[in-house]
Amino acid sequence: MSVIVFAETRDQQYKKSTLEAVSYGKEIAQKTGGKVIAVSMGNASDPSLLGNYGADEVITLHSDTFSAFSPEIYAAAFADICKNLGGKTIIISNTYSGKSMAGRVAVLLQAALATNVVDYPDTTSGFRIKRGVFSGKAFAYVDLQSETKVLAITPNSVEIKTYGTTAAVSAHQPAALPASATRIESTQTVSGKVPLTEAEIVVSAGRGMKGPENWHMVEELANSLGAATACSKPVSDMHWRPHSEHVGQTGITIKPNLYIAIGISGAIQHLAGVSSSKVIVVINKDAEAPFFKAADYGIVGDALEVLPKLIQAAKTATAG
Amino acid sequence: MKVLVCMSVVPDTTTKITFTNNDTTFNTQGVQFIMNPYDELALTKALDIAEPVGGAVTIIHVGTADAEPAIRKALSMGATDAVRINAAPTDAQFVAEQIAAYAQDKAFDFIMTGRESIDYNGGAVCGLLGALLGIPSINVITQLSVTDKTAHLERDIDGGRETLTCSLPFVASAQKDLCEPRIPNMRGIMAARTKPLQAVEPIASANHAVYSRFELPQPKQGVRMISADNPEELLHLLRNEAKVI
Repeated sequence: MSVIVFAETRDQQYKKSTLEAVSYGKEIAQKTGGKVIAVSMGNASDPSLLGNYGADEVITLHSDTFSAFSPEIYAAAFADICKNLGGKTIIISNTYSGKSMAGRVAVLLQAALATNVVDYPDTTSGFRIKRGVFSGKAFAYVDLQSETKVLAITPNSVEIKTYGTTAAVSAHQPAALPASATRIESTQTVSGKVPLTEAEIVVSAGRGMKGPENWHMVEELANSLGAATACSKPVSDMHWRPHSEHVGQTGITIKPNLYIAIGISGAIQHLAGVSSSKVIVVINKDAEAPFFKAADYGIVGDALEVLPKLIQAAKTATAG
Repeated sequence: MKVLVCMSVVPDTTTKITFTNNDTTFNTQGVQFIMNPYDELALTKALDIAEPVGGAVTIIHVGTADAEPAIRKALSMGATDAVRINAAPTDAQFVAEQIAAYAQDKAFDFIMTGRESIDYNGGAVCGLLGALLGIPSINVITQLSVTDKTAHLERDIDGGRETLTCSLPFVASAQKDLCEPRIPNMRGIMAARTKPLQAVEPIASANHAVYSRFELPQPKQGVRMISADNPEELLHLLRNEAKVI
């Protein structure tokens, strides 16, 4: 009845979403019994630290083929070890890489699959999960009926809990792996920048910025708060900012602790992508902008006039 | 060249989402249904690759006959023919199993899906199909070209992008940057009327998941306005009241 957690890494470090996934697994194990086993593929610098977040054991899998991420290879190796360990509840982060392997793992384990999971399951009768649907406009409660379940947990959905323990680490050799049909030619990562989907604070801006030449202010505010930057659909459509920053119904859905929207009116499609944010701040020159209805805090004012003052205040506040 | 493009039919992006029957059913009253926007990108890219080499692009949809106007739109964009698996889908796994059963013996060179449908947001069909058919699956691609049985792709990864190659066949899911969606022209719309749209009965499939209830997000308590001349107050509230910085 073990709970198995896929421990995703970036630059050999466990991601925040991985610690959330381990804590999530622990929460389930406390209800359903069984151990929490984290499976770490590739070279993480300190696997034993996952014990502090709820893992009873950490299994590290090593293979040269793991240096490049291939969903089919990762899913095959991970599903194989889940089978060997008798894992019935499989936890993966709902990140790009997590999501791209979750479906394959579910097929290999003949399991039920739920992606976009935003809360702990209700196990009082059966196994009911809560997931985001309609691009942030609603939630669904879904009963997973198969004995084995694969859950992909949306980053920033659950709290990281600490237990003050370390986990026993054992190294395993993966079973014979298929040759991958894909070959990675090159990887470009933006280092030192918080990925948008995992950011706790997001500073986002829209047409109220008047042009891409003013974006340095958005970045300055984001930097002073340790935030990621995002933008509205018109802004990415006009190529002021890359599509990868577009949040909303046809862009990325995010749920940071704090979302600051500058010069964005708040169309229904935009709100869909950000309404799960815990706290929303709206800065808009139009006091009637629909976004104010979805906000916790609001400032009526021109973005280009408010931003310099806000940056100054943020720098002072975070310096103290 | 033969390409299969999976499409779902979803509520228009401006739809206000509501539920009926004690929040167990999505309220379709007055809702306009459209081809899933990411699937439009998947289809456009498939057409751009197949048309110059005289290839065929087949559309597949798992759903009831209500979806046929949206399927005709896909045909008007340039798809060769369409298949509708005649079943109301229960979840992503059901959809993937139906599509895999159809595609199994058809020797498609590659299969495209959208990154996710904008209604159930599973983003799962691409990976499920890959595993069911035993072919590579590449999610959230932003570039694709095919030369001599090899695909050249770019995909989004967490915090960056990756360039890769893959041998055929494979399945990939379309992300925003892949292309601009094709707009059907009058000739395409006329031609679509007579293109083959075949209904196929579903295979038996295990039901892994049951949607039991829906819920709308909690409305906000009301906005607290702060003077534009006093951003210090905002920072103070974010730190001491909301405790988010």
